[in-house]
Amino acid sequence: MFKKDITPGAKSKVKSSAQRGIRSKVLEQYPLLEPYIDDIMPKKEQLDLVKLPDRVSLYTLGATPLFFQHMDDPLMPHLTLIHRYPSCFNRLRIDRGAIRFVLSGATLMVPGLTSPGGRLPDDDDDEEGIYGEEELDAGEVVVIESEGKETACMVGVLKMGTEEMKKVKKGQACEAGHYLGDGLWQLSLG
Amino acid sequence: MAEASSSSSGYPRQVVYCGVCTLPPEYCEFGGTVKKCEEWLEENHPQMHAKLYSQEAIEQGLSALSVDAQKRAAKDAEKKAAKAVAAEAKAQEQRATSKVLIKRIERNKRKYVTAVQGLEAFGLDIKKVAKDFGKKFATGSSVTKIPGGGEEITVQGDLSDDIFDYVVETYKDVPEDNMECIEEKKKKPAS
Repeated sequence: MFKKDITPGAKSKVKSSAQRGIRSKVLEQYPLLEPYIDDIMPKKEQLDLVKLPDRVSLYTLGATPLFFQHMDDPLMPHLTLIHRYPSCFNRLRIDRGAIRFVLSGATLMVPGLTSPGGRLPDDDDDEEGIYGEEELDAGEVVVIESEGKETACMVGVLKMGTEEMKKVKKGQACEAGHYLGDGLWQLSLG
Repeated sequence: MAEASSSSSGYPRQVVYCGVCTLPPEYCEFGGTVKKCEEWLEENHPQMHAKLYSQEAIEQGLSALSVDAQKRAAKDAEKKAAKAVAAEAKAQEQRATSKVLIKRIERNKRKYVTAVQGLEAFGLDIKKVAKDFGKKFATGSSVTKIPGGGEEITVQGDLSDDIFDYVVETYKDVPEDNMECIEEKKKKPAS
């Protein structure tokens, strides 16, 4: 979505009623964030809405980006937020070989997730259970981590349910939403 | 990123980002400026540098891939690095050749506006610069579109010399030789 460098558009303040709405939507979508929501978006702080090209809107708190949204699609967390609260989202892991493709903006393909280095929910190799046990459906927002790294490298929307992925083992897995080093990542909010 | 544990305690987690490529240092190897990133990390976060760039870590990273994939990855990385270097060289060249024009435009007899063009080539945010000009000189200052495309800063009043000095003093990135003051007379159609 943000393959090219982008220039931020108009920045406006979010009404406090709308802010409450965003807050409840975030909690609904990512219930695990609940204990930290007051740190992420304190009730008293003023959120800003930055308009980005292609009808994407980005919610920021001061200079820290929090969530972005394409039209009325689900809110997606910015990677800096994910890095701060990694375990609050649905996570998948890709193998090492796929990292460089993801970081250049390619659509994530299923083999990157099903190979030995990748992790899907309810994986036998996943001893700590950090990738969850519930299968995820298409359309869910997932955070993509990578083999041997601690921080996430991408966030996107699943194109295929994880159960189907395990069976089919090919095709597109996840639409590139926001990845490390893309336009949204490079965006500076002064 | 001091704690590597994935437990939910200790949030928000502090994450270090590379000062060169802005990615988390773990991902520097994919950024195309590995050399510089490594130097930066060594200087600023020696502990992390030791962890990420140790011999073991590198070997481990390589053994995870098949030989074929390794080769491709190496080739890709090379290409990316070359691209990054080229981009940097280009930016530098542009910086060396681009000029800042300070124009004094006659608006009405004895009244002038000053237009400043080309500051954006030096990595300055012209909106902010315009605001600064306004504050510094206590005049109206705005960013206006110019017919040929692009934008310029328009400052009210005849300030060409003052702006010249101010820019040289505050924005060290802009070399003095690249700045030029010119005068432009605008013929107003008699109405």
